[in-house]
Amino acid sequence: MAEHILMKGNEAIAISAIRNGCDGYFGYPITPQSEVMETLMEEKPWETTGMVVLQAESETSSINMLYGGASCGKKVMTSSSSPGLSLMCEGLSYLAGAELPCVVVNVVRGGPGLGTIQPGQGDYFQACKGGGHGDYKMVVLAPSSAQEMYDFVDLGFDLSFKYLNPVMILADGVVGQMMEKVELKPMKPRWSDDYIKSTFKWATTGKTPDRKQNVITSLALDAAVHERLNYKLQQKYKQMEQEDVRFETFMCEDAEHVIVAYGCMARICESTVELARKEGIKLGLLRPITLYPFPTAEINRLVPQLKTMMSVELSAGQMVEDVRLAVNGRVPVNFFGRLGGIVPSPEEVFEAFKKEIK
Amino acid sequence: MKEEIIIAGFGGQGVLSMGKILAYSGIMQNQEVTWMPSYGPEMRGGTANVTVILSDKKISSPILSNFDTAIILNQQSLDKFENQVKPGGLLIYDPNGITRHPVRKDIRICTIEAVDISAELGNSKAYNMVVLGAFLKKKPIVSLENVIKGLKKSIPERHHSLIPMNEKAISVGMEKVKDINTI
Amino acid sequence: MDLKDIIKPENRVYAKTPVLTENVMHYCPGCSHGTVHKIIAEVIEEMGIQEKTIGISPVGCSVFAYNYVDIDWQQAAHGRAPAVATATKRLFPDKYVFTYQGDGDLASIGTAEIMHACNRGENIVVIFINNAIYGMTGGQMAPTTLIGMKTSTSPYGRSEELHGKPLKITELIAQLEGTCYVTRQSVQSAAAARKTKRAIRKAFENSALSKGTSFVEVVSACNSGWKLSPVKANEWMVENMFPQYPLGDIKDR
Repeated sequence: MAEHILMKGNEAIAISAIRNGCDGYFGYPITPQSEVMETLMEEKPWETTGMVVLQAESETSSINMLYGGASCGKKVMTSSSSPGLSLMCEGLSYLAGAELPCVVVNVVRGGPGLGTIQPGQGDYFQACKGGGHGDYKMVVLAPSSAQEMYDFVDLGFDLSFKYLNPVMILADGVVGQMMEKVELKPMKPRWSDDYIKSTFKWATTGKTPDRKQNVITSLALDAAVHERLNYKLQQKYKQMEQEDVRFETFMCEDAEHVIVAYGCMARICESTVELARKEGIKLGLLRPITLYPFPTAEINRLVPQLKTMMSVELSAGQMVEDVRLAVNGRVPVNFFGRLGGIVPSPEEVFEAFKKEIK
Repeated sequence: MKEEIIIAGFGGQGVLSMGKILAYSGIMQNQEVTWMPSYGPEMRGGTANVTVILSDKKISSPILSNFDTAIILNQQSLDKFENQVKPGGLLIYDPNGITRHPVRKDIRICTIEAVDISAELGNSKAYNMVVLGAFLKKKPIVSLENVIKGLKKSIPERHHSLIPMNEKAISVGMEKVKDINTI
Repeated sequence: MDLKDIIKPENRVYAKTPVLTENVMHYCPGCSHGTVHKIIAEVIEEMGIQEKTIGISPVGCSVFAYNYVDIDWQQAAHGRAPAVATATKRLFPDKYVFTYQGDGDLASIGTAEIMHACNRGENIVVIFINNAIYGMTGGQMAPTTLIGMKTSTSPYGRSEELHGKPLKITELIAQLEGTCYVTRQSVQSAAAARKTKRAIRKAFENSALSKGTSFVEVVSACNSGWKLSPVKANEWMVENMFPQYPLGDIKDR
């Protein structure tokens, strides 16, 4: 029988990294995700799997350590929270530009600025629409349970190596701090240097006489060359949209109204759906698991049966823009959000929903 | 079965660890569980609370506004959570330091004098286990056997010698819980 | 000996190391970068470590270092090369990892990264090209620009009141426990270049001995940025830069 452990989402990230063959974690402390590095340091994986864990001098440095590690074809990751992610945006852009794989966890708190250490979802735009400079995208995974925090580390590495692109796990303070039952999947060993050398021909593993030098860079001064590189990147993002959209629906089969929510808010809105159903209101829930690529096609499929949609977020309204783009004016798209670290209850969401459909 | 519990008191009373042991006990009997703490500055000496849910089915919201049971260990938490107990629900509190007692008539109310009891046991750290015992007497949602298993899982092995003491505290808590209001 | 004999391999007195590529360097004539690149390439060849060396190039004129030294390279964000090198070395402990950074990259935007990498004693080599100016962006003031020196962002000369004194970062680095070898060299003459080569070789050897960070500053000329001829630039460097940045080993343990 698989082992079940009670752990925080943040701890699940750390344990999963060790168990899924992560080569290196580089991070800087920030609430509400410090348990990730604390757990790793406590577990001492360098003595077991050989995984490197290093506390960097800043988030700027951690993300650039990822750049170095990823250049070597290694599975590397970091975690942080909103202000730290802002510092990492330069590095993320470089990683995307140089086509390097890595997993970056953002346990989002309320902003802007130093904000609050309570949960937030105000970094949706930063995660999904760039954040750093240039026309880049990342697969953004939004876990809503400790189990998904565990599972998405492995999935994140798979996707990041599939696309040679950073993958972000966009969590929130609730999912990071909440303890739940987590099933530990079988261990995956770290890749050997020989495997890396023979599989990732682009990696800087040391120039051997049988190949040309490998250079990891995002720089191309020739405009024509650079445009080609950009189109190649865009092609990859198209492929993400075609192959890696993930979502979950709850009671949508006969729904006349659908709430769209992710992360902790999806859990809360699931209870809201249960409340509505008790009152005979045909409400369903669409939970995007990938925020980029966004489940636009699923919204398209649902719209003909719907009277309204509603985006519920811990923000002033960010994902709602993607919902509106998908709906394209066919039904009203309402919004409910709380800010500043306040997490609404299922009842509060239900009241807001009822007010909008009156 | 689904039990939604809030445990609230001062930081340092063992609120979070009591919730953790309860959650682990649920896992020991194959239930779904969530443990959602208030976190942040409140942790440092102020009030601490944790929402624990045990359920036979998948748990949707880990954030609740109403509870089946409130386990209350200080006045601020009593003032805040008394009205958030579902009608017919249970409120257990330690009367030590309480000046404004609960008044609701539509819920079951019990007291457990855990400060005094743990002092008598000679171990103030067993405080939260006395309270847990009181709760389990009133709502035996997890068996004592699974609580012990949960304890073993949630405390480091080097402290396993303390388990008999904790077990004792739980059983004394079960014995000494008093009904204040029944419905 | 006729021409045919002269060009026979056994009669050659000099051959370009194969670790240098055939690419024509984009550096201005008179620039020190080319000499330092050649020295690094020769050291790599002589130590037989081409397959085991990974270079981290910066942002600045030497961003394209990978075009000239035929090893695997990672091109880092501005100032971040020491962080990039840290992970590379820790994940490939048997490799020789070096950063190649200019004064803007290392001593301005990247001060945090270089300080902490050196303090952790990462077993890497740092080559620090100090020419007291931002070359690639067109001759702006650097943290190492001398007092009174005119640049495009200090057109009336660097003023101590406004900008502070030139940053002697190498002396700071030498204070850090993690560094094992900190030296300041130059390449304006064959003799100086030979000394620099010995220093760079020693730095690479230290890296294999896991002694900590080796840091080699090369006081360099940027004749374009300084608006001088190559010869005058070297003379100016000896006269003005060396008093501020005295050559020699600062630390060797």
